[in-house]
Amino acid sequence: MSAIIEIENLTYRYAPDDIIPALDNINLSIKEGQWLAIVGHNGSGKSTLAKAIDGLIAPQEGTIKVAGIKLSEDTVWDIRTNIGMVFQNPDNQFVGADVEGDVAFGMENQGIERSEMVKRVHEALTAVNMSQFAKHEPVRLSGGQKQRVAIAGVLALRPNIVIFDESTSMLDPEGHRDIIKLMKKLNTEEKFTVLSITHDIDEAALADRVVVLDNGKIIADDSPEKIFARGQQLIDLGLDVPYPESLKQELAQLDVVVPKEYLSEEGMIDWLCRLLLKN
Amino acid sequence: MDRFILGRYINGDSLVHKLDARDKLIISMYFIVIIFLANNWQTYSLLLVVVLGCVGLSRINLGFFLKGVSAMIWLIIFTVLLQVFFTSGGTVYWHWGILTLTHYGIVRGVYVFCRFVLIIFMSTLLTLTTSPLEISDGLESLMKPLKYVKVPVYEIALMLSIALRFVPTLMDETQKIMNAQRSRGVNFGQGKLIDQIKAVIPLLIPLFVSAINRAEDLAIAMEARGYHGGEGRSKYRQQIWHLQDTLALGLFAIVTVALLFLRTW
Repeated sequence: MSAIIEIENLTYRYAPDDIIPALDNINLSIKEGQWLAIVGHNGSGKSTLAKAIDGLIAPQEGTIKVAGIKLSEDTVWDIRTNIGMVFQNPDNQFVGADVEGDVAFGMENQGIERSEMVKRVHEALTAVNMSQFAKHEPVRLSGGQKQRVAIAGVLALRPNIVIFDESTSMLDPEGHRDIIKLMKKLNTEEKFTVLSITHDIDEAALADRVVVLDNGKIIADDSPEKIFARGQQLIDLGLDVPYPESLKQELAQLDVVVPKEYLSEEGMIDWLCRLLLKN
Repeated sequence: MDRFILGRYINGDSLVHKLDARDKLIISMYFIVIIFLANNWQTYSLLLVVVLGCVGLSRINLGFFLKGVSAMIWLIIFTVLLQVFFTSGGTVYWHWGILTLTHYGIVRGVYVFCRFVLIIFMSTLLTLTTSPLEISDGLESLMKPLKYVKVPVYEIALMLSIALRFVPTLMDETQKIMNAQRSRGVNFGQGKLIDQIKAVIPLLIPLFVSAINRAEDLAIAMEARGYHGGEGRSKYRQQIWHLQDTLALGLFAIVTVALLFLRTW
């Protein structure tokens, strides 16, 4: 599969005299259909990177190519038709006065005909399981529901890439699970390239590939299994490890011989059962 | 906020609800103009019958309208009293200093009272039966001719609809900030005037800051979804002018003719 996003030597400073750039010589290539998680502590440059990819900020150095088009002032609107973004605060990204209106907003911007919009709004709301809320105003929705509406707005535009910029960080556990399920569905069934920028390690554990940012630099880029096997190193970076990994560490402190490689929840259960059978 | 009836919308399925927002806007504005044609009891009772008829058709409890009037009652009483005591002419019933109570004065006072009530009823009817969204759509489409004199009609409508959409969100936030500040010992609405004004600052500043942050987030989200001005946009919501809208306009044309006929020239 070909690379859908290619980033070369990207550097960005918020103010020209910043000593540490927000993004420091980033090189990244993302394949089509991949689910990439970008993790890092607060201020590591994750969100800046997302904004740079969508052309919302103009980097001082480096190039970004999305679907073969180089990002520049002339191509930014073409590039944005390829990318759908879901942001952190469900309230602040709700433009429309009601659910339907919000889903249609992006299509209105592209000047799509009304009959087509009606069809797509319906499809998108069905896909996120919100069709019965079509006429509701944002005040009557929960945070998770608003976030699902935001995803529907992205789906209706039919981009190739969906960027989730900490989209689950303001949700309750239930809303969080819903959104992650949706992300997974988008990635595996609808073949979207998913970029999820997150603090949430369990969310990152589901990705195909994890990129760790620290002070604007990529310090690790690997499969989640390999990244999370680093355990302590992640904690030193101000990150967390998935639950099975911390369980493993606790066990290691009790002098239980634990496997070196990363185990998912099922893998952990498996291993624990086998361990108990052996004894 | 329960008394705040102006600008509230009650969902419904009545004939008045189904009328096009543009139609209702035109009629309400037109109605306020033709009220000034009324100048005797026949014309006022005609208008009263028309307004009560419309209220009846909307199937909304009359109590909502009375609440609308009661919110403005001090202004109404003040104006009526001015009319009653400062109008001269006709039989003088009572006299004290510059205040005179005359036959004309009482009649004028009653008329002014009727005028207020009718206008409030009609505008309340508009807001109760039309969602804010429809009103902003209606205004946009009524303002369209202004485009030719370079008024940014689309931008005004967008601002209006965003403003309306954020009213409840900001109300929620105001409440939260107030409670947060109360828990830290700020007393709202107590003490001397100067203290009360000072107490508003810890509410106002965070509210402003957060509104600015919201605006920034919203602008980025809009841009990410491809918003670049009103040019070349299509519209999802549509307004359809039905036969009943024309009929409603016709009804008010007939009312106008009747008013012209009944009024004392």
